[in-house]
Amino acid sequence: MLQINDVRVRIPVAGGRWVEAVDGVTLAVGSGEIVGLVGESGCGKSTLGGAVMGLLPGGAQLSGQVLLDGRDLGGLTAEEYRRVRGNDIALVSQDPSASLDPTFAVGAQVAEAIRNHRDIGRREARERAVELLRAVGIPDPGARYSDPPHRFSGGMKQRVVIAAALANDPSVLIADEPTTALDVTIQAQILHLLRDLTVRTGTGVLMITHDLGVVAQVCDRIAVMYAGQVVEQGTVRDVFADPLHPYTRALLDSQPAAHHRSGDLPVILGQVPDLTDPPAGCRFAARCARVHDRCTTAPPVVETRGGGRVACWLHDALPPVAQEVS
Amino acid sequence: MTALLDVRGLVVTFPAPGSGLRRKRVHALSGVDLSLQRGHTHGLVGESGSGKSTLARCVLGLQRPDDGSVVFDGTEIVGLRGSALRDIRRRIQPVFQDPLGSLDPRWTVGRSVRESLDAFGVGSPADRERRVRELLDLVGLSPDHADRHPVQLSGGQRQRVGIAAALASGPDLIVADEPVSALDVSVQAQILNLMARLQRDLGVAFLFVSHDLSVVEHVSSEVSVMYLGKIVETADRADLFADPVHPYTRALLDAVPIPEPDARLVHVPLSGDIPSPIDPPSGCRFHPRCPLRVDSCSREHPVLTPVGTLDSAGHTPHRVACPVVLPARP
Repeated sequence: MLQINDVRVRIPVAGGRWVEAVDGVTLAVGSGEIVGLVGESGCGKSTLGGAVMGLLPGGAQLSGQVLLDGRDLGGLTAEEYRRVRGNDIALVSQDPSASLDPTFAVGAQVAEAIRNHRDIGRREARERAVELLRAVGIPDPGARYSDPPHRFSGGMKQRVVIAAALANDPSVLIADEPTTALDVTIQAQILHLLRDLTVRTGTGVLMITHDLGVVAQVCDRIAVMYAGQVVEQGTVRDVFADPLHPYTRALLDSQPAAHHRSGDLPVILGQVPDLTDPPAGCRFAARCARVHDRCTTAPPVVETRGGGRVACWLHDALPPVAQEVS
Repeated sequence: MTALLDVRGLVVTFPAPGSGLRRKRVHALSGVDLSLQRGHTHGLVGESGSGKSTLARCVLGLQRPDDGSVVFDGTEIVGLRGSALRDIRRRIQPVFQDPLGSLDPRWTVGRSVRESLDAFGVGSPADRERRVRELLDLVGLSPDHADRHPVQLSGGQRQRVGIAAALASGPDLIVADEPVSALDVSVQAQILNLMARLQRDLGVAFLFVSHDLSVVEHVSSEVSVMYLGKIVETADRADLFADPVHPYTRALLDAVPIPEPDARLVHVPLSGDIPSPIDPPSGCRFHPRCPLRVDSCSREHPVLTPVGTLDSAGHTPHRVACPVVLPARP
């Protein structure tokens, strides 16, 4: 499905300097699998999503490999990438209003998403769009087809965006904070819908989120990013039960739900490093409770239980990850 | 013990945006009662259109209610003007979600905090300069933060400045509307710890408005759950989270994505959308989505009623606005 191999993204900033926004990320999303990509603001999770979608900011430099169903997306021209987007790979972002044209009927927008990539007639596209709107839970989709977006609630708009994204049976869906702007009861509906659709269609989902609760509820695997790097990945069950990287543990511990019997919440002291001049060695070292002398050297990436990985000197006795074969 | 804050029968409506001559109105609050004890934190949760922010604005004196009363430390604040209003305002201070929106970007942090001291005439000018440093220290910032501008600070540091500015006038009550919603979880933990410490050390009370039930559970002593302009359930924190009674509260708690993969939701806790507060449902406002509704729910307006027997004095009784879940009383 989607295989990301040693991807690096540098973004130019003022003064001729570069932000090392994504630094050597390796990650895979299998068929019908939901992989949660979590991390705090500025960790590079949305930039990585942009790299996969071919939507990086101007001047950004990308290296490494993005393989979709075995095809290297790195060599595509802008026009070729446009054909891949919305067809083989689709995006659902945080704000559904920004994804929909306010002046067009929602059904027509879903039908257009189909006709952009398939040579089918208007009538057939309309029928398929109505079917998609039904599949994402729009009540009375035949009648709502002609309504403009403003007649829909936030949750219903996000359903329409998901319908358009799934219109061409993409291999992979990039869902960037898809429920962050929604109320919690509506979020539960949309998460349930995404879960249900992946099981039915086999589409893989890369779910970019800051919310560990969302990951625990819907994802199969989790990748934790810190300062441009994936510090730990594995099955959701393994990582939540026994986080191996000190950052993963700190992130889980700072969740209020885990400590609701009052008392202070554990915090992560200090600041995220400046990524125009990232520290040599482990990027989390300056804030880590278990920092020691080896941490000034970049930690080895080792293999953990269940096919997981962690990049930390505390676990260097585990076997190193084999070099990626491409 | 008399309450620090006592809200009774609060009603707020305002003209619906874009409704033109037909003058439809948003029913933001439709008869809300709430009380808050000195030094406690009352958490107010609800989804879009619940009215929680409108209630916060009424307590801050920023929104005039159509009806009802807001009594703060024995004084009715609805309709107060001039110096009487100013006296109350120094004792009730806001903290908002986005400190960038409430801090002047051209001013240094020190000036923003000093402005609050100046506005309420706290001490002499030299006292105020010293007090600015003390306040920054109190919220965990160093003295040299005073010379920086808001854009030079992280989100967490800006919220610390927002809290320092709120503390400047020595308030008894801070109304915090989504104070940690814009922050990353590790920073959120720092701000929640800071607020808890300030409450222990200064005895300040919080009216804490949030959509995040986990945060509310962590900070609150009492909790009220709002739905479309009404409080549907109110209780001590522990009672509400351990033993929710109202069908909406139950669904809301079920919908929270908890960070435990072994406790996955298998069904959708609540289907349908939140109705518009412009034309709210008749009777119980929750009835169109309620799994337990009976015929009378679309006609009768449920009132908050104690659950079970009233227990020890000083304990906020657990009350719920749903006749269906309450056993019939003799």
